[in-house]
Amino acid sequence: MSTVAQSQSSIPNRGAAPRKNSKALQRASGWVRRAPLLPALIFLILVTQLPFVFTVIISFISWNSLYPNNVKFGGFSNYVNVFTDQTMRTSVVTTIILTVVVVVVSAILGLVIALLLDRKFFGRGFVRTIMIAPFLIVPVAAALLWKHALFNPEYGLFNGVLNWAFGLFHLTAPQPDWISNQPLISVETALIWQWTPFMMLILLAGLQSRPLDVVEAAQMDGASAWQTFRYMTLPHMRRYIELAALLGSIYVVQNFDAVFTITSGGLGTANLPYTIYQQFFQAHDYGAASAAGVIVVIGSILIATFALRTVSTLLKEENR
Amino acid sequence: MSTVLTRTTGVNNGRAVGNMRRSRRSKRGMLFGLLAWVIGLIFVAPVLWMILTSFHSETSAATNPPSLFAPLTLDGYANFFGASTGASPWPALINSAQASIISTLLVLALSIPAAYALSIRPVRKWSDVMFFFLTTKMLPMVAGLLPIYLIAKATGLLDSIVLLVILYTSMNLPIAVWMMRSFLSEIPIEILEAASIDGASLLTIFRRIIIPISGPGIAATSLICFIFSWNELLFASVLTSTQAITAPVFLTSFVTSQGLFLAKVCAAAVAVSFPVLVAGFAAQDKLVQGLSLGAVK
Repeated sequence: MSTVAQSQSSIPNRGAAPRKNSKALQRASGWVRRAPLLPALIFLILVTQLPFVFTVIISFISWNSLYPNNVKFGGFSNYVNVFTDQTMRTSVVTTIILTVVVVVVSAILGLVIALLLDRKFFGRGFVRTIMIAPFLIVPVAAALLWKHALFNPEYGLFNGVLNWAFGLFHLTAPQPDWISNQPLISVETALIWQWTPFMMLILLAGLQSRPLDVVEAAQMDGASAWQTFRYMTLPHMRRYIELAALLGSIYVVQNFDAVFTITSGGLGTANLPYTIYQQFFQAHDYGAASAAGVIVVIGSILIATFALRTVSTLLKEENR
Repeated sequence: MSTVLTRTTGVNNGRAVGNMRRSRRSKRGMLFGLLAWVIGLIFVAPVLWMILTSFHSETSAATNPPSLFAPLTLDGYANFFGASTGASPWPALINSAQASIISTLLVLALSIPAAYALSIRPVRKWSDVMFFFLTTKMLPMVAGLLPIYLIAKATGLLDSIVLLVILYTSMNLPIAVWMMRSFLSEIPIEILEAASIDGASLLTIFRRIIIPISGPGIAATSLICFIFSWNELLFASVLTSTQAITAPVFLTSFVTSQGLFLAKVCAAAVAVSFPVLVAGFAAQDKLVQGLSLGAVK
């Protein structure tokens, strides 16, 4: 990295027209500019992109590590297996349901709570602080907490509270087995509890970046609270809601901890990450696990191109 | 955070109307305030319950209805730290700390120069590069799990901290680049130009201008990277066994099928979450900035 070249071509304004230099100088300055970027870029390509190439290759090989002498080219057989496999298809549906429910519910809850916290009231800072707590519990710990301390039918808090409340009236409390009765909803509840604070934080920051004078002018002109919300707050909040939903989906789609801990993928809660993990770890079917991985990647790319359009509006706005 | 406190509600038009409106508004405001308190308490209740249970004995933790005022004890923590089984959690905690801290430092070392090349002296098509970084984050990590396992096995990196550091760095790098770019693009370009005209080298510019000004941004980035690395379970549980076992993996191996374990598990959950809770509460505003990739200031 030559400091000479840098001091010669002064730092340009972002968006300013490129300076008229000789071609050679331009090329040199191009590499000087690229140099700080390269370590990160190369590292990322090596660690995240290269494995996918191997995944694609392995997905065409019929390879079960329990039969190491029977590794051969399998063509599309792994893909056929994956698509005809009932558990795999179910897990695709489960992943979609799980992600949509968790993201939508926690975004709506997060918006409601953010609106409440945007008002002045006694102890607002404190309430905001305790609201964040669920997000700061290590996900596995949170999953264990929900499974054993809350949902457990014998000594969990939920049935304990039911027992106590019904006991006040000398009635027999119902003691449902929450996880067995509603496995997917149980997992979703634990995840919504963890992700609502995340949504709330982003949306609250969005609310506070709202231009206040306009809102006040509208109120002065007699706009009702609902009108202000519907025509001023909501349009302003759109990009923040999109951002929160996008980031939430990136993480919830890949959720492994809650499914692994609360139900161990049983009772129809196995999502794709868990199923791939299982195929790899328990069935030792490397080929099928890879084919499933490739399918997940293709699905993610489809969703990502859609989601990226959202983010690109954010980036454009920032650049003006 | 400070903007929270400077919000004015209520508009005066005519004193009488204003007073009436204000009283109605304040009554409604109190109701909403109360609602916020209730919701906040509902959300924090499981955490408080976890902390309370962690200080109960195993027998009083397993009663139904719950014994809220059972005598407090440190037995749960003693058991977590190996009093009954002899298995100390310290190696796992230290492994987690090492993997998280080293990978966070590595992420900073890679992402700050990259962010510089994407904002202050941007490469051509810098926005394409930004999107490339983000797309790598959207590809589910689980799809690369098998090749990473096989490569690690072939190179002898299986069950080592080095492997976790590499993976956690790549996991957090895209987020860090996005965050750092948004922080660096806030630095007034005039300062950098002036320094450059005065003949300051790139290293000086970094040390004297960029790092100090974007200090809070760097702190936010570090916090997020640390939390995500500390929390990670899938890779750690597949790629480590005895040597490099991390705290979350240790936690999953902690639930036994025999006997009562609720107090012990709660103590373990509190202990493992403790660093994240402390860091997160201490830097709430940073958390918001970080989580939104720096888009929210």
